[in-house]
Amino acid sequence: MNLRMISYLLGWVLNVQSLCMLLPVAVGIFYQEPQWQAFGIVAFCSLLLGVLLTLKKPKRTAFYTKEGFVTVAMSWLMLSLCGAVPFVLTKEIPNYIDAVFEMASGYTTTGASILTNVEALSQCSLFWRSFSHWIGGMGVLVFLLMIVPLTGGNMMQLMKAESPGPSVEKLVPRVRQTAVILYSIYFALTLLEILMLLAGGMPWFDSITTAFGTAGTGGFAIKNASIGYYHSYYLQGVVTAFMLLFGVNFSVYYFLLSRKYRQAFGSEELRWYFGIVAVAIICIARNIHAGFYPDSWFDAFHNAAFSVSTVISTTGFAISDFSQWPQASKFILFLLMFIGASAGSTGGGMKVSRLILLIKSSLREITAIVHPRGVHLVKLDKKRVSDDVIKGTTSYFTLLILIYALSVLLVSFDNFDMTTSMTSVAATLNNIGPGLAAGIGPKGNYASFSVLSKLVLIFDMLAGRLELFPMLVLFSPKTWKGSLGAIKRRISWNRKSMYQEKNP
Amino acid sequence: MNIIIIGCGKVGATLAEQLTNEGHDITVVDVDPDAVKRVTSICDVMGIVGNGVAHRVQKEAGIDYADLLIAMTGSDEQNLLSCLIAKKASSCITIARVRNPDYITERSFIKEKLGISMIVNPELEAANEITRLFSIPSAIEVDTFARGRIELMKTILPRHSPIAGMTIKNALGKLSGRILICVIERGSEVIIPSGDTMLCAGDAISFVTTRKDAASFFKKAGLPSSHISSVVIVGGGKISFYLAQKLSEIGFHVKIIEKDKEHCEFLTTILPNDVVIINGDGSDQNLLLEEGVDTADGFASITDIDEENVMLSLFVRSNFTAKTVTKVNKLNFEGIIDKLDIGSVIYPKYITAEMIVSYVRALENTTGSNVQTLYNIVGGKVQALEFNVRSQSAVVGVPLSALRLKPGLLLCCISRHGQIIIPGGSDCVELGDTVVVVTTSKSLNDLKDILA
Repeated sequence: MNLRMISYLLGWVLNVQSLCMLLPVAVGIFYQEPQWQAFGIVAFCSLLLGVLLTLKKPKRTAFYTKEGFVTVAMSWLMLSLCGAVPFVLTKEIPNYIDAVFEMASGYTTTGASILTNVEALSQCSLFWRSFSHWIGGMGVLVFLLMIVPLTGGNMMQLMKAESPGPSVEKLVPRVRQTAVILYSIYFALTLLEILMLLAGGMPWFDSITTAFGTAGTGGFAIKNASIGYYHSYYLQGVVTAFMLLFGVNFSVYYFLLSRKYRQAFGSEELRWYFGIVAVAIICIARNIHAGFYPDSWFDAFHNAAFSVSTVISTTGFAISDFSQWPQASKFILFLLMFIGASAGSTGGGMKVSRLILLIKSSLREITAIVHPRGVHLVKLDKKRVSDDVIKGTTSYFTLLILIYALSVLLVSFDNFDMTTSMTSVAATLNNIGPGLAAGIGPKGNYASFSVLSKLVLIFDMLAGRLELFPMLVLFSPKTWKGSLGAIKRRISWNRKSMYQEKNP
Repeated sequence: MNIIIIGCGKVGATLAEQLTNEGHDITVVDVDPDAVKRVTSICDVMGIVGNGVAHRVQKEAGIDYADLLIAMTGSDEQNLLSCLIAKKASSCITIARVRNPDYITERSFIKEKLGISMIVNPELEAANEITRLFSIPSAIEVDTFARGRIELMKTILPRHSPIAGMTIKNALGKLSGRILICVIERGSEVIIPSGDTMLCAGDAISFVTTRKDAASFFKKAGLPSSHISSVVIVGGGKISFYLAQKLSEIGFHVKIIEKDKEHCEFLTTILPNDVVIINGDGSDQNLLLEEGVDTADGFASITDIDEENVMLSLFVRSNFTAKTVTKVNKLNFEGIIDKLDIGSVIYPKYITAEMIVSYVRALENTTGSNVQTLYNIVGGKVQALEFNVRSQSAVVGVPLSALRLKPGLLLCCISRHGQIIIPGGSDCVELGDTVVVVTTSKSLNDLKDILA
């Protein structure tokens, strides 16, 4: 394990974070709020530490998959821990664990909040919450790849560990250029949404923070009623559309821009994604029409569409309290939570492409029983999917269910009802935010959970955002065995030589 | 440049690595997913799995925007075909590896009529390199600049060398205008010397010169300058075929030892009569002695097994006086191999990759004074670079003594209108010159970078 290289990269992550924190400082100064000082202090301290760590480039730059995973997991953990400090300093979230929960929820684009009254926060804190969605959406290390001159193919490991999907492909030969393309698309789409929201009469600050929340598929709103605050079909429609768009694989946009229309629209995942969305909207609209919107089919479809988009893209905005909806609708939303957005998007969840692979490889087993000597391959986009990817996908699914079950068990000690325990974990592990029970639904929050539950949910959010493996690798004793041994040996050797010096 | 490499074998992978390091955007194509994965996991390139001959696959690899396509698969026909298709599909330049001896006479036809810009034959290039090493027996490494007019040679000073213990200025004496010692390796130390540096026995010294002056220097240094006349080759592959052909052309007595009976018969039919083909196991000591390794001047171990090659050369070096050349194909332990006392070592994959890389550099260098040729010498610690001076800069037209050069850097040779100048303080670089620079710093891209 190349610890020096890892700490070098972590230093860069700190530098990036302190630069990002200058934005809330600017917002605070603009609105003349005293809270900006807290952000200023934290930005300065983390920059100091970051610069110390990045002052000297490590001599040995060997970097392998293991290091990549550990770096990514540690970066995200560190970001959540550091990003939470300003909230404590401004006393807006006095409890540090609560602040970390809020920040982890921000960076992992979950959008689950422990705040009972969001509107009481200062503008700069609100901005920081929403901005953390935008940073976390595309990934900090992908951003790092763009600005830090890191060489070698192994830097691909960082991108692989941070970007969602069963197999991460480059768009162009260079990692750095791939990162630049992804961020440009991300930036352009965000800008487009801001402009469209402004056109609908939303105030500047609200448009920017809402666009950040949508782009990262996060879901922190600046109003207690979330997007329901804006009584405008246009604004709610724009947010619905953009939530769906940010849940699409970004390579589709790249293909569209480079005029490879066949490759763009030929994507199997894209068709499944919109297919699932359409079916879910129709089912839910029919289900809620009679009980909730008896006068208007339009309203039923509008609310169904918004809720389906918000859950499948794992955003977590709300215009209506879907935790009150009929059981069938709630269960469809529960399933959508696990399916999640497309691979290579900013959304969370299991990803549509993994679902396709799981279904196809399970069906293959059935055909293999009917035709024992037949040769059966799993194909996606008319290309063979290698057995490694299938193996990775099935073990991902197994681990997801295991972690889910274990987390629900731990959370259930708080003695909430079954729906609350089960959907709170589902909503955080899949980075959605609001659950399907009244207490934690679009109108509720996570404040009433115990400290243990909050810690479990923080872990779930980080594990879910990084697709399980980086966090598991970080906490696996096997990862550290060799390196800890090396450190121990060095210490004991130093002791021995000191001892020998003293007693020759 | 956007470059597509088809085939991720040894040469393909080496090329991908070197070309990305020089800042090109590479896409590799191979039918074997594992081969693609191996390359993409070590260098920053894009990988595509598929048959590189297919137009669809080439399109996916971005042939529309590619400047260059290099076909390096194991099959000559596939390489030629993919180059032809790429040529029709876009306006890119193509390079193909063609190694079958049957096509060797067709080289110019292929280039002219099929429009393929460069044909590489790794075995032929390796044979050329070995021939060069045998014709300068005292040098253990020879690299060429300025299309072969300047040579950078490396030799080891023997124990009783008359010039050991002298300063370079005194040692060279009359030769000082025609030869320049640019690197001295002493143990693990690397020295870029000045005129007052002392030479010691056992030093590995690299110097720039022409072949004629090299002979007089070897004589002075107490190195055998006698010509090699008889060579034993172990292994009868394609390199051996080309090598035997070349060596017998310039009048060497060549013996090839090959295990496979049928292959021996084949070699006998296609090689000239004065090449002796022996059917037997080259690792059999008795056979080697029987066939006269002890009296041979040169010994080349070029079987397909690297370990066997290294062992054979060690055996010959420790018992006899013959100059040895060892072929290493796959082994990745260059640092260790260089430490062994086995004389010259050649790596066919690097020879091919280096040729193509320098071709790519030449393509790019239509303006400025960029790097034309680059050799990593002394285990990668020192670089020898060749620049073509094409534009006016702070270096041009100023006497060398007035230039403030970087430390650890030596401007060691200028080739002007085909004439070789070993520069002194009063010489200056002029437009149109080819300049060779030896340096320990690795950030030179343009000739003006030599200034401190």
